[in-house]
Amino acid sequence: MSIRINKESCVGCGKCADICPGTLIAVRNHKAEMDYPRDCWGCVSCVKECPADAIDFFLGADIGGDGSVMNVTAKGDISRWKVTRRDGSVVTIDVDRRNANQY
Amino acid sequence: MIEIKQNEYKQILKHCVDGLPNEACGLLAGTINGEDKTVLKVYGLTNPDASREHFSMDPKEQLLAFKDARAHGLVILGNFHSHPESPSRPSEEDKRLAYDSSMEYLILSLKNREHPVLRAFEIAADKTVTASPIVLKLRTDALIIGGGTAGCYAALTLSRYSGLSVLVAEKANIKRSGCLAAGVNAVNAYITKGRTPRDYADYAMKDGAGIAREDLLLSAAGLFNEVTSDMEKLGLVILKDANGDYVTRGDRNIKINGENFKPLLAEAVRKASGVTVRDHLNITDLLTRDGKVLGAVGFSVTDETRYVISAKTVLVATGGAAGLYRPNNPGFSRHKMWYPPFNTGAGYAMGLRSGAEMTTFESRFIALRCKDIIAPTGTIAQGVRAKQVNAKGEVYETRYERTTSGRVYGTVRENQLGNGPCYLKTTGIGEEKAGELLKAYLNMAPGQTLKWVESGEGPNERDVEIEGTEPYIVGGHTASGYWVGVNRETTVTGLYAAGDVAGGCPQKYVTGALAEGKLAALDMIRRIQSAPEENDSDPETLARPILDEYSGFLTRKRTLYSIEELEEAMQKIMDEYAGGISRDYQYNGRQLDIAREKISELTELEEGIYAADNRQLLSAYELKERLLVCQAVIAHLRGRKETRWRSFNENQDFPDRNPAYDNKFLNSRLKNGEIRVFWREKEPGNEYSD
Repeated sequence: MSIRINKESCVGCGKCADICPGTLIAVRNHKAEMDYPRDCWGCVSCVKECPADAIDFFLGADIGGDGSVMNVTAKGDISRWKVTRRDGSVVTIDVDRRNANQY
Repeated sequence: MIEIKQNEYKQILKHCVDGLPNEACGLLAGTINGEDKTVLKVYGLTNPDASREHFSMDPKEQLLAFKDARAHGLVILGNFHSHPESPSRPSEEDKRLAYDSSMEYLILSLKNREHPVLRAFEIAADKTVTASPIVLKLRTDALIIGGGTAGCYAALTLSRYSGLSVLVAEKANIKRSGCLAAGVNAVNAYITKGRTPRDYADYAMKDGAGIAREDLLLSAAGLFNEVTSDMEKLGLVILKDANGDYVTRGDRNIKINGENFKPLLAEAVRKASGVTVRDHLNITDLLTRDGKVLGAVGFSVTDETRYVISAKTVLVATGGAAGLYRPNNPGFSRHKMWYPPFNTGAGYAMGLRSGAEMTTFESRFIALRCKDIIAPTGTIAQGVRAKQVNAKGEVYETRYERTTSGRVYGTVRENQLGNGPCYLKTTGIGEEKAGELLKAYLNMAPGQTLKWVESGEGPNERDVEIEGTEPYIVGGHTASGYWVGVNRETTVTGLYAAGDVAGGCPQKYVTGALAEGKLAALDMIRRIQSAPEENDSDPETLARPILDEYSGFLTRKRTLYSIEELEEAMQKIMDEYAGGISRDYQYNGRQLDIAREKISELTELEEGIYAADNRQLLSAYELKERLLVCQAVIAHLRGRKETRWRSFNENQDFPDRNPAYDNKFLNSRLKNGEIRVFWREKEPGNEYSD
């Protein structure tokens, strides 16, 4: 599992680099770069921090990745998780932070 | 190297913050001894430009500063200025105005107010810029190494119950560091209605085949509910029934929305009075003298600063160790593991090097997890009560021991018998439950939800395949870690351990980490208040060889092997000769001897490795830590001449449990470069002795 940073939307704020628990991301010339894609744990902390919606995460092909990417944006208590499949179709799941896990 | 003490650093910081929103500036005076410069006086000067992007220094004030420095027998070492909105790097103008190549030009970036960044530069006549390492010398009452769950809660406790100064050293960022980065779905150690801490201790003792400390279990379990309620006050959402009682899952669990568990805790720590958090500071070594801890040494992962910290007490809360064995997904997704790959056994290694006693490293933790994503299974197994079935559809868990290790072993055995793969039977749970599972995993292991969505088959349509992970060393699950007293003090005076790094208290999980953080913090307060003494005057002499070691890694010539290659070699050795996945977790004495020899060869290679930058220096130390922990694991596996737990320590030379080892702990110390193991037995007075 790893991340993909969209250079065009990246605003170079460095929040992803600051939060990454593995210090795997660096900002150069006002753009974030994933320096160690093979060392990503998949915690998606960077995706949650990014104010520009510029980071997606994906599953490596070795663990069943099929070309889909996922990201998440929060509005108030609702986190909207969005999966964009290889064919462009989209699946969204909304999670309310006020609700606990039922299981 | 430029040495700056806490006072002088604070003066620089204060002058720059006071000058906001404009750039602030000043001069630094001190002494020069060969390559080493020491800042002894800070002169904050007026910036007559009063600009956010430029500075000049008031000429009259400059002159006064020069005179004052001379009067004190000091030389001007350089100047400093702030960058209110930009990184700590010399601008083109800074370079142009740097006339003296022997001066140090310090720049303090206040771009991120939570993390001011001070860097020093030398600027040559041709305007090439070289960063010079700064050695920052800090003092604190309590130093906490590792700002995960245990470390954060200890900091919070110290702040609430004392006015002591607390420094949290965290190699990443406390908001998302440690085990809870992605979140957690349940509190797995809770005393539910009608149960007692004693019930909890009995359960953990039984699951660990008697290898657990009753005193540690009872003291942690006594706090499980209190710390949970405290987390609820900090904003944690917990599932409740119509009466307002927590909804329980099985005998010991309650259900939560723990996606923001760590951010909630971190926010409270950042607000706590007396607590300073230093993110991106990686501690590598403890400083000890005569069996007493005096502080620690570390370096910044993101700039050239080194830290020498003097402390009255130190808490190690660095977590357990992942990445010792070849992982489930050794290719591109090598870090898609269950335990955080960034928990590298740093605390075990620094403890061993300081002579601390460790326990039960042979009780490796192997988790049963969802295949590929290696996501937790509890939400499925306990939440929707899915059974473990083999490929023939048979429920097999009843054929094996009903313990944590038994469930892993059962799955391995079914595969050996040709009955694999194994699954959690989720088909038929219905769409509603499947939908809830998708949401639940987003709050804990979002990769699993992505896998379900991406494959087009949710858990109600396809059973979830399960597999055992590579072995980890994790004190939150088994009894491995520091040998501690009931107050979580280690065998090194003034040194405490809490959370996954602390041993003897298995199955303590998240609430156990909080509880141990609290227990340690309370005793740290007691220790400091009962014997008020000054910080050791100067641990610098002890720190010097370690600072030189950092420079060694960074300045030597590129080596034949990279850090990454040596890490893979280590994982291969552990996998093949110390009971990894490819050997179905089994091993024998001859294999362990080969493992010991090969790991010691790798350790020699590692000592000469090259690190290109501060981030790679972190990798170099993580590898160094893991190699030492590997040595300890091998020595412990060799020492337990029985099979106490299937899979966790499956010794093929001694395939059965030996009652002679009941209620005895296998402990170890590093002595003259070698791990020595010995047994500790429980005495009638409840004390343990050699």
